[in-house]
Amino acid sequence: MLDAACAGEVFTSPVPDQMLAATRAVDGGAGVLHIVKNYTGDVMNFEMAAELASAETGTEVVAVVTDDDVAVQDSLYTAGRRGVGVTVLVEKIAGAAAEDGRSLADVAALAQRVNEQGRSMGMALTSCTVPAAGTPTFDLPENEMEIGIGIHGEPGRRRVPVASAREVAAMLVEPVLADLDFTGSDGVLAFVNGMGATPQIELYLMYHEIDQLLAKAGVTVIRSLVGSYITSLDMAGCSLTLLGLDSELLRLWDAPVSTPGLRWGV
Amino acid sequence: MPAAVLDTDALTRWLREFADAVAAEKQHLTQLDSAIGDADHGTNVDRGMTAVLAALEETPPTTVGEMFKLVGMTLVSKVGGASGPLLGTFFLRFGTTAGNHASIDAAVFAAALRAGLGGVVARGKAVAGDKTMYDALAPAVDALDDALARGDDLGAALGAAAEAANDGRDATTPMLARKGRASYLGERSIGHQDPGATSSALLIDAAARALG
Repeated sequence: MLDAACAGEVFTSPVPDQMLAATRAVDGGAGVLHIVKNYTGDVMNFEMAAELASAETGTEVVAVVTDDDVAVQDSLYTAGRRGVGVTVLVEKIAGAAAEDGRSLADVAALAQRVNEQGRSMGMALTSCTVPAAGTPTFDLPENEMEIGIGIHGEPGRRRVPVASAREVAAMLVEPVLADLDFTGSDGVLAFVNGMGATPQIELYLMYHEIDQLLAKAGVTVIRSLVGSYITSLDMAGCSLTLLGLDSELLRLWDAPVSTPGLRWGV
Repeated sequence: MPAAVLDTDALTRWLREFADAVAAEKQHLTQLDSAIGDADHGTNVDRGMTAVLAALEETPPTTVGEMFKLVGMTLVSKVGGASGPLLGTFFLRFGTTAGNHASIDAAVFAAALRAGLGGVVARGKAVAGDKTMYDALAPAVDALDDALARGDDLGAALGAAAEAANDGRDATTPMLARKGRASYLGERSIGHQDPGATSSALLIDAAARALG
């Protein structure tokens, strides 16, 4: 998967110095792919790091920006959509391609394709607490939930009364399917992700409801991933990511992996 | 117009005044960011300005250009998020325009602020009305230029700039955010004052108090 990750302050993009150090540490001579989630700060800091890497060491850097969150309306005049769940899938698939020895341009094109064929939507039952702030980012009464939240405790687009798992599943599946047609692909990868404080048993409950809705909509799930992989600290809630697969993406997804988070085939 | 002489000591007082204001308003800034962002703006700018003051103390600069290069690089290296590159680029451009002189006058100060604003636009690609720091900084830079052009002294001109920055900050409340994390909220961003515009207004206000 990844050769390096840059951790910033909680919910804050890391700084160019860290990215530059990571870029230098992993550059094997074929160039470095930056996988950047589409947040204003991340994009700007990675741009500065890429400029520095190219100026200081001549390292070729290509950046792929993920922006899969359908909760955010896209427009030429805004910061655009957030990068959320699809980032995990990009990391796995692009990582496997790099492991195969593919060129930087090929790996970047694959990462781009995963981003283009993936869409996500998230919801929360509780807010989360940024340690430095010490209080929950937003107030959410017991009987309400936020639809369309991000992975940094950002509030959602709307607030609705708490509903059953089946209804919540529909609130996630419908906007994803409305944004991209998944019936035409060779099958999809369905990724149900926990936001940090939702137990695995509840994520599987959600997966079951989502799977049924997808079947009804004519979408064939051929791979699944259920667990807390891209979280918002201690937020209770989940997100759904769908990725339209083809034979190449499927093979790279299935390729052996051994990381603390993902482990199969080894 | 009496020639105002702004040397590195005077400009350090400006940054110290700004750092104090950010420290005092840290929670308020983070609170504003909680409503429409990710609840870290006050913490981030405070961390950056604390590092800036420490860096200036450790390596006292002899020229204004050198000073703001250090300030900009420190912010880029310590803050992260959107504020790091934006505030960092602002001060880097400010320093380039101020040049390697022991002191600058009011006209160069105004030109350096405008260059800093240009850096923010180049990095963040915001335009007027996007609900960002630009909406406080741009009117302040315009007001400063106008006041100096009509012959006001630096004190009066910075007073006018601070007033324009505060008005610009207040004007962000009804705006629909089009840039930064607040833009994810769409209509829900309306009715909240922008945290970046708020800290930028503190920067101009600090200049009026320290240099006026």
